[in-house]
Amino acid sequence: MRERNCDTVVIGGGPAGMAAAAKSAELGLSVVLIENRDLLGGIPLQCIHPGFGLHYLGEDLTGTQFAYRLIDRVERSGAEVMLKAHVHSIDVEAHDEKVVNVVAPEGVVKVRCKAVIYAAGARERTLFEIGVVGDRPAGIFTAGEAQLLMDLYGVLPGREVVILGSGDVGLIMARRFALEGAKVKAVVEILPWPGGLMRNVVQCLKDFDIPLLLSHAVVKIVGKRRVEKVVVAKVGEDLRPLPGTEFDIPCDTVVIAAGLRPNVDLLERMGAAIDPATGGPVVNELLETTIPGVFAAGNALVVNDLVDYAAEQGERAAEGAKLFVENSGLPTVGWKRVEPSRNVRFAVPHYISGERDVIVYARVQKPERNVMVQVPELGLRRFAIAVRPAEMIRLELSRSVFERAEFEKLTLGVVPRG
Amino acid sequence: MGEVELVCIVCPASCTLRARLVEGELKVEGAGCARGVEYARRELANPVRHVMTVVKVRCGDLPVVSVITSKPVPKSCIENVVKATANLEVEAPVELGQVLIEDVCGAALIATRKVKRASGAGCPASPTTL
Repeated sequence: MRERNCDTVVIGGGPAGMAAAAKSAELGLSVVLIENRDLLGGIPLQCIHPGFGLHYLGEDLTGTQFAYRLIDRVERSGAEVMLKAHVHSIDVEAHDEKVVNVVAPEGVVKVRCKAVIYAAGARERTLFEIGVVGDRPAGIFTAGEAQLLMDLYGVLPGREVVILGSGDVGLIMARRFALEGAKVKAVVEILPWPGGLMRNVVQCLKDFDIPLLLSHAVVKIVGKRRVEKVVVAKVGEDLRPLPGTEFDIPCDTVVIAAGLRPNVDLLERMGAAIDPATGGPVVNELLETTIPGVFAAGNALVVNDLVDYAAEQGERAAEGAKLFVENSGLPTVGWKRVEPSRNVRFAVPHYISGERDVIVYARVQKPERNVMVQVPELGLRRFAIAVRPAEMIRLELSRSVFERAEFEKLTLGVVPRG
Repeated sequence: MGEVELVCIVCPASCTLRARLVEGELKVEGAGCARGVEYARRELANPVRHVMTVVKVRCGDLPVVSVITSKPVPKSCIENVVKATANLEVEAPVELGQVLIEDVCGAALIATRKVKRASGAGCPASPTTL
């Protein structure tokens, strides 16, 4: 068994982890970045479409191009990288001493550190979670699997495709299948509105005449060896299938694009508090979880719709790790709760001190037009022409807005303008 | 042309635009702002899109490389780009930003991933030169 020492261990070599590792090293910390695949980059390596980096780098890049920018930055930063390395567990031995147990090609490695930045991404939701029954023949893929097959390995997973879910991943895969000569029979969405950006609805579905079935659900998959058809039904307001509305769509492939859930197994096992609304850990403004010195960033923290936010969170967690390592804890007088209120499903971070600038990420429950995004305790009201669940709200609050206000907690809400 | 309905993608408001020709001039209704009117004009006169796909690679550590058009091409030309890439095969190594097709629909086709050379049966360590 080998041992190593460093200030910060970063778990996950995707955008959030790479940004966290590079930033930590740039701030003068010794860093070990642990990635379980044989290369850095994470999911953007299989995203060949543009829309990456507009906020973070000021350029419109493809996912692949964005990934290389961060890979180069990690290499320049001097952060040490362990590839093909799997984190088995994390032992908290003391307030500022953790041991990350890693299974690596060279054997078991114990990495002793003061702070951990957890950026292990998200997993795709499965058929079981969305309640689709029936057969389980060949021809069922998650959107991420289909994307990996097509865009990293050049394999077309099927010819006649039904896509479950109209989030951006589902819409983008619909276009990929159409461009490669497959027939996309339908994109089926259970909610009455599309899950993804309107840009993607237009450019991925309308451009290719792909039908979008809103307020519909796939209730059953049928097929012996290979998928033969799906049974689709209309759903009522309670999102349950309406009896008598079922119809068949013949197809050979089903792609599940039913959203992501943060990968938090390791954090849960350590006893970190989880927010049921995000599925990710409860964090403060430096993205520290309820375990001192363990930070979270990217889709492991909250499912982001822009890679830019994931990378930004990685950097923020690195700033937190730096403060933690230097002071053996975060120097803060007290934490105040941030609570979601009207038409807000979640707000991250969950606690703020009022002593630093902070970025709050939130998502609405339902689309609304002509609204104010408000934090009454700070006297903050910001107009928005429209809010949609597909597009995160990102609020930058500078330290000065807290100085003028007295508050026990903050409530973030979206209210009709008036 | 009769009335055409479009969804504006300029901002999250996603206005539904209705456009029609009145005495040779394009009238756009439903736009919340001037940018929506401009979007409808562009989208009806000359809609353009970036095209992304993958191209076969010989002797690479990955079997395909991802590509994008250097600029958006006319929507009507998307199929030509995909057809041009369908039968293309390039030899590794492929560098980020390498031009794989000089001109398709007025754009260049550019590699957006690196593919390293993998030597093996039929694949000498460096590319064959003719």
